[in-house]
Amino acid sequence: MTFLRIGTATAGASRPAAARSGLAGAAATAISLVLLVLAWQVVAMFVASPLLPGPPEVAAALVRASADFALPRNILITLGRVAASFFVAMVVGAAVGVALGRSKGLDRVFGPWLIVLLNLPALVVIILCYVWFGLTEVAAITAVAVNKIPNVAVTLREGAVALSRDLDEMAQVYRFGPLRTLRHVVLPQLAPFFAAAARSGLALTWKIVLVVELLGRSNGVGFELQTAFQLFDVATVLAYALAFTLVVQLIELTILQPWERRASRWRR
Amino acid sequence: MTGIVLDIVEKRFPAAAGAPAAPIYRDFRLDVAPFSFLVLLAPSGSGKTTLLNMIAGLDRDFAGRIGFEPAAGGAFGPEGPRIAYAFQNPRLLPWRRVLDNVALPLGGGEAAREAALAMLREVGLEEQAGAYPERLSLGQQRRVALARAFVLDPDVLLMDEPFVSLDEAGAARLRDLLRRLLARRPTTVVFVTHDSREAVELGTRLVRLDGAPARIVADIPVTLSAEDRCSPAMVEALRRQVVGHGSSADRS
Repeated sequence: MTFLRIGTATAGASRPAAARSGLAGAAATAISLVLLVLAWQVVAMFVASPLLPGPPEVAAALVRASADFALPRNILITLGRVAASFFVAMVVGAAVGVALGRSKGLDRVFGPWLIVLLNLPALVVIILCYVWFGLTEVAAITAVAVNKIPNVAVTLREGAVALSRDLDEMAQVYRFGPLRTLRHVVLPQLAPFFAAAARSGLALTWKIVLVVELLGRSNGVGFELQTAFQLFDVATVLAYALAFTLVVQLIELTILQPWERRASRWRR
Repeated sequence: MTGIVLDIVEKRFPAAAGAPAAPIYRDFRLDVAPFSFLVLLAPSGSGKTTLLNMIAGLDRDFAGRIGFEPAAGGAFGPEGPRIAYAFQNPRLLPWRRVLDNVALPLGGGEAAREAALAMLREVGLEEQAGAYPERLSLGQQRRVALARAFVLDPDVLLMDEPFVSLDEAGAARLRDLLRRLLARRPTTVVFVTHDSREAVELGTRLVRLDGAPARIVADIPVTLSAEDRCSPAMVEALRRQVVGHGSSADRS
């Protein structure tokens, strides 16, 4: 018996390596999104119910909501809350994380608190904040920030533990002092951890902000979603959801990603 | 510029897993004359780097004192002598350009950057001023570290095997550069190595340490002229003499 091994490759079938360049990738993404809209349209036509409006109905709702500037205004209000709570969470979380990363004693005492906070459901924090501080703006922003702080702290604690002792000694010998050491030695080492915390932070924050608005605010995207929900106005729900998601994605693409690239340009 | 007086009553290595705390220096005294180039030769693991860290003020966990005496008529600033330290690894900030790495010990301002650029010119790295350190070869990174040390115009220069892990030609070029820099900016140098040829080529005084706790087993002045130091035969002759003084275990 002879055994034949036959190759299956066809000559000339190998693709050029650079075929999927940036432009091709963008085109592929666009085609994929168009397919999603088409699928949505087909399902909507098949179901034929006001509870699943198709793309034209949602587009009409978008135009209606934008007519009196309600939609852009509410998106701006919500973005303001996202920005405020994001900022508070990053600053407080980073301070806590770095402190815990630098001191083993502090970490032993407060490390378990972080685990408790990490596992506290967002809704519980929101309810407690509204109960304790009233239905105020401060309570809303605190609730979102408290949800995010343990995440940031855990990430930055890892960064602080990994700080280079060698560079620290160098800064000490050459008398950098606390400020120059922070700016030129410590913060650049923490930058990748900041970026990771910021990226997951934005994703988490904007979702929780909507819940906070739904439960205790009288404006913003979350509040509008609740109103539409009570009227079973699914087209408006989808219009707000689409518009807001688009804005957040734009922030990620135009602010976070360029900053991350800039912070890591020294890498080989 | 500066004399150093080391008077260490006791320095211990902290107890590590399993091993008890062991004294590495006990009643250890060493005077370093101003402007001398002192080379410490010792087997690895005997605490040479620890000694440099103690002089640098990085390690204060010891009994005893380390004094710095300004040159006659001179005085230190309020912060004490200016100390520069060339570590075993270059320890550059990878996220700062070469120029900023050299300028930062001076404060990083415009005047500091100008001084740093002049210094980079001296070590032949002017063209790399705008590059990030990781794009440089190891030899170039070590030259940047030398520039960072000398830009301070230091009173004391500590060097911990700064030319290790370079090929022989690269190390020779760097030793040459170090001699040129020192000719222009004389300072008191404490240089740690385990390479006796390097020690003879550079030093004005060789101190060999051995044992635990470490004792000085040889203390030899080197009186070679600048020309002699460039002659491999002269260096080798003195090196044999020096190795004979110390422990027979030396193979370098």
